[in-house]
Amino acid sequence: MTDQQPALRLEGIVKTFPGVRALDNVSFAVMPGEVHALMGENGAGKSTSMKVLGGIYQPDEGTIYVGEKPTVMHSPLDAKAKGIVFIHQELSLAEELSVAENIYLGELPKKRFGLVDWDTLYARTDKILEKLKVSFNAKTRVGDLSIANQQMVEIARALTVDAKAVFFDEPTASLTDAEKVVLFEVIADLQKQGVGIVYISHRMEEIFKITDRISVLRDGQYRGTLNTRETNEEEVTQLMIGRKLDLSRSALTHEVGDVALEVRGLSCGDLYRDVDFEVRRGEVLGFYGLVGAGRTEIAETLFGLRDPSAGKILMDGQEVRIHSPADAIARGISLVPEDRKGQGLVLGMNCRDNMTLPQVDDLKAGPFVAEGAEVSIFDQYRDKLDIRTPGWKQTVGNLSGGNQQKIVIGKWLSMHPSVLIVDEPTRGIDVGSKSEIHNLLRELASQGYAVIVISSEMPEVLHVADRIVAMFNGRVMRTFTSEEVTEDNLIQAISGLSGDGQAA
Amino acid sequence: MQPGTLSTFLKRGAIWGFIVLELIFFSIAGEFMSLSDNAFMDLDNMLLLLKQSAPIGIIAMGMTIVMINGNIDLSVGAIYAISAIILLDSMTWPIFGALGDGAIPIAWLLALAVGTALGALNGLIVWKTGVDAFIVTLGAMLGYRGLVFMYNGEQPTSHLNWTLVDFAEAQFLGLHTATWFLLLVTAAIWFLMNKTVHGRNAYAIGDNREAAVNAGIRVGPHMMINFMIIGFLAALSAVVFYSESGSVNPNDGELYELWVITAVVLGGTKLTGGAGSIISTFGGVLAIQLLRKGLSHIGADTETVNLVIGLILIAVLFLDRQLNIKGKEELKV
Amino acid sequence: MSKQEIGSFLAKQGILIAFAVFMIGFTLANSRFLDPDNVMGVIRSSAILGVMALGVTFVVISGNLDLSVGSMMSFSTIVVLDLHDKIGPALAIPAMFAMTLCLGAFIGFLVGYLKLNSLIVTLGMLSAIHGLTLTYSGGQNMDIADKEGTWFSVFGQGDALGIPVPILIFLGLAAFLGIMLSKTPFGRKVYAVGGNGTAATFSGIRRARVVFMCYLMSSFCVATAGLIQASRSLGSQNTVGQGLELEVLAAIILGGASLLGGSGTIFKTVIGVLILGFIQNGLLLVGLQFYVQYVVTWVIIILAVWLDIAAKRGRLWSPIA
Repeated sequence: MTDQQPALRLEGIVKTFPGVRALDNVSFAVMPGEVHALMGENGAGKSTSMKVLGGIYQPDEGTIYVGEKPTVMHSPLDAKAKGIVFIHQELSLAEELSVAENIYLGELPKKRFGLVDWDTLYARTDKILEKLKVSFNAKTRVGDLSIANQQMVEIARALTVDAKAVFFDEPTASLTDAEKVVLFEVIADLQKQGVGIVYISHRMEEIFKITDRISVLRDGQYRGTLNTRETNEEEVTQLMIGRKLDLSRSALTHEVGDVALEVRGLSCGDLYRDVDFEVRRGEVLGFYGLVGAGRTEIAETLFGLRDPSAGKILMDGQEVRIHSPADAIARGISLVPEDRKGQGLVLGMNCRDNMTLPQVDDLKAGPFVAEGAEVSIFDQYRDKLDIRTPGWKQTVGNLSGGNQQKIVIGKWLSMHPSVLIVDEPTRGIDVGSKSEIHNLLRELASQGYAVIVISSEMPEVLHVADRIVAMFNGRVMRTFTSEEVTEDNLIQAISGLSGDGQAA
Repeated sequence: MQPGTLSTFLKRGAIWGFIVLELIFFSIAGEFMSLSDNAFMDLDNMLLLLKQSAPIGIIAMGMTIVMINGNIDLSVGAIYAISAIILLDSMTWPIFGALGDGAIPIAWLLALAVGTALGALNGLIVWKTGVDAFIVTLGAMLGYRGLVFMYNGEQPTSHLNWTLVDFAEAQFLGLHTATWFLLLVTAAIWFLMNKTVHGRNAYAIGDNREAAVNAGIRVGPHMMINFMIIGFLAALSAVVFYSESGSVNPNDGELYELWVITAVVLGGTKLTGGAGSIISTFGGVLAIQLLRKGLSHIGADTETVNLVIGLILIAVLFLDRQLNIKGKEELKV
Repeated sequence: MSKQEIGSFLAKQGILIAFAVFMIGFTLANSRFLDPDNVMGVIRSSAILGVMALGVTFVVISGNLDLSVGSMMSFSTIVVLDLHDKIGPALAIPAMFAMTLCLGAFIGFLVGYLKLNSLIVTLGMLSAIHGLTLTYSGGQNMDIADKEGTWFSVFGQGDALGIPVPILIFLGLAAFLGIMLSKTPFGRKVYAVGGNGTAATFSGIRRARVVFMCYLMSSFCVATAGLIQASRSLGSQNTVGQGLELEVLAAIILGGASLLGGSGTIFKTVIGVLILGFIQNGLLLVGLQFYVQYVVTWVIIILAVWLDIAAKRGRLWSPIA
């Protein structure tokens, strides 16, 4: 491979935004026909690199080489014309338009008078779809396709040009296993045609399965490239976070209390079925499974955001009906949602108001909000959770992800709940804050809270949880104690490969 | 049938079903309640209905493409009034006096040019300032109306040209001039939105703007062209209507934007952009006009029309939501 | 201050600066402009629009629109004038308030509980309420029979402590609602719902109820405006409030509220209303017709919003390609 010219090469790319050096001297090269993983924590510079390559941002310094030629990407379209193609994590499709129109978005073949040349369009599209062996045709409305098929449309886009390098950004996030197999076949095909593949993912299994080399970014800096076959997860992780992450299994150091919340036979349409579990005061119960396994939906049901179709919820042995978040809060159930910015915070509001939002009706002085009491609640939890902000007047949108998450956690702690559900507690949060939040969750359990942690990151559940509920496809496959659980049996359980739980 | 096809079909077809219901209802109710001896579905009555649909209908075609594009235009009523004034007043200008009826095409062109220019101004402001189209055209609605008043104070502007009146009242193959314009505009806009690159890109922009931008589609010019088209159509609507009536009050066209938007929404165009059909908008226009005529046919006060249309608009919105609801398990936010 | 800071300051305060320039210009053009009598006159004539804008401010901050307030105001005016002669003013006023609040509750139910799009719902209600008014009145103008002998005129024409009653109602209501919005739990929830409705729901706030209350508030203000209007003129056409919904929105936008919800204050809305009022008055005083203000308002609205978003994005021209 070494005697070849790279398909795409970055050399000393620098990109600064006011106050931030988002990319600091980033260099790496993708060879034709290789699958090259690009890894890094959130905020490490992966997406900024892609935007620079895709012509959305212009680099302040440095050069992009396509083949041997130094190249400037003027716009996304320009980048595509030069053979650099992106399959985005968030699908960028127009649902009302046909498959063909989406594949040739922005480049519809024209006849005279600005008319669309439909014959050419469909003929070209059919040729591409044939290669991908998909079940839909060029005229299908994209909105009628499954997510996986929509992703195929995105991939088909990459095949419309003579691609030099194709970037896959977390492509398997919403795919089933069968769909993944097809995706990997497509990638292998591209590889054979001599296209350089850049594969961005957090999923180590996939990285080690399909990539040839791994480049790592950290804090906007290039940290090195490893040969996949000569390295291991530990080395990659260390390179990504700059130190060894302490993910040792946490031992239960305190007494576990009585059952705070119990769920029996809970079902909600197609989302999940026959779910049983209980969580005790003083323990952390982990929920682990792939995206779409039904974990978040269970949390939303417990918090009154969905009505279950069957089954019951018991608190302290009594059956309860929860129809709204207000009901849930009144019963002492709190939810730190997975989408911090969309569901957890009112970004335009200040820190204090966000923190006291659920109890604003209770903090009254006469008819007014008791602002003094609010400030003291805020101060108390700012100190307790070590929230770094200039003051309560700071708009929440201006805080870092970790501090935002602490505001959401503080919001619920200040309500003194008996059950705290935390969905993806560290998504998009830097490593430092990550372990702080892990320690915090452990500490809360030791103070007698019943804590439920939902996570897609195996190290996280292994580290934080006392018991782990493994879910697959809307079913509980098995509940592990921390003695029983191993990475292997956990993976098997959440892939539906084994499991001696309720699912038959 | 693929999933979603049935509900899509229901939604697409709903407006025509509604029209059929209206026809049946007013025909039967008319037998008992009508003051006139004529049947409701009398041919002349239906032809008249088409003609009367034209002013709103022509503008509604423009509103559909603006809304598909993800914008809205509240200033159409004012553009309509300005164009009408230009049309009627320019024919009296001394420099055109010598031309006789030759002034007519010039007056038409002037009116259409003014409408297009005002639309272009809206589009340019939306494009270049990034201010939301709702606010830009809300302002323009006041501003353009101010220009209407500034032209001739609170006086009506009148000029009756008999050649023009004859043209406007003419019938060709049984259809009135105004009807022909409505049909031609509908066909042209349908062709534009379904067959041309501009039309398909307009859909893409309204559907997923970021994707369109990333695919290199230039959002600004497309939006501006659509605003120019709606300005042109508002002027064309005025040209068709005032060629016959010959007199325009400065308040004319007020609330037209509301009628037009009602017709477009009845036709199923999404407020958020990306989806909508020209043919269904045509249905929406007919449905409103049928309702107006039907209610007066059965002797209801004309006032009731506003009440009924308002409630129907809300009912349609409600039904649309019920059709799209996923069931009990849906997230309650 | 750096150049950038000055730019951002100018952009943020642009509307107040433009207002000041206008005021100075008008004062130079006509010395009567800042006369206490004239100022009082301006506020007085802005009172009806102002009272309506106060209520709609709640709706806008909660992330919705209300296009129905103009025709609702016509309804209130017609109803109270009609009932005045039928059951006497003492009963007519509460009856009218009750009927108007029912309309507001209906809209609040549709938008809040049924989660229908507020633009279309209130557009539909604009038309429906207009029809309702015409049906109620039979299309006739409504007049009070005995215009001299009723105490009903006090709301629109009376004075207390030397200040016209409409001004007292407007400013009193503004103070009351301003405090409600900025100091009470309800006000806090309105901002939360408009700022991020999903997050508000995830915090246990009953979003539907908050939206419902905002429309109720809006209809209460409309009823008050209708009362002032009826009391001032003691007779009315069916279309007296027509088009006011858009002027109300214009005032609120001028005040700097975002139509997306979550921002704006009662104080800013009052400023917006006064700016519109003073511009109208100033133009009249320098001898221009009332309709010139439409054009001026157009320019000001667009400049105000443009500067506001330009300051937020840090560049004057939009990035739209």
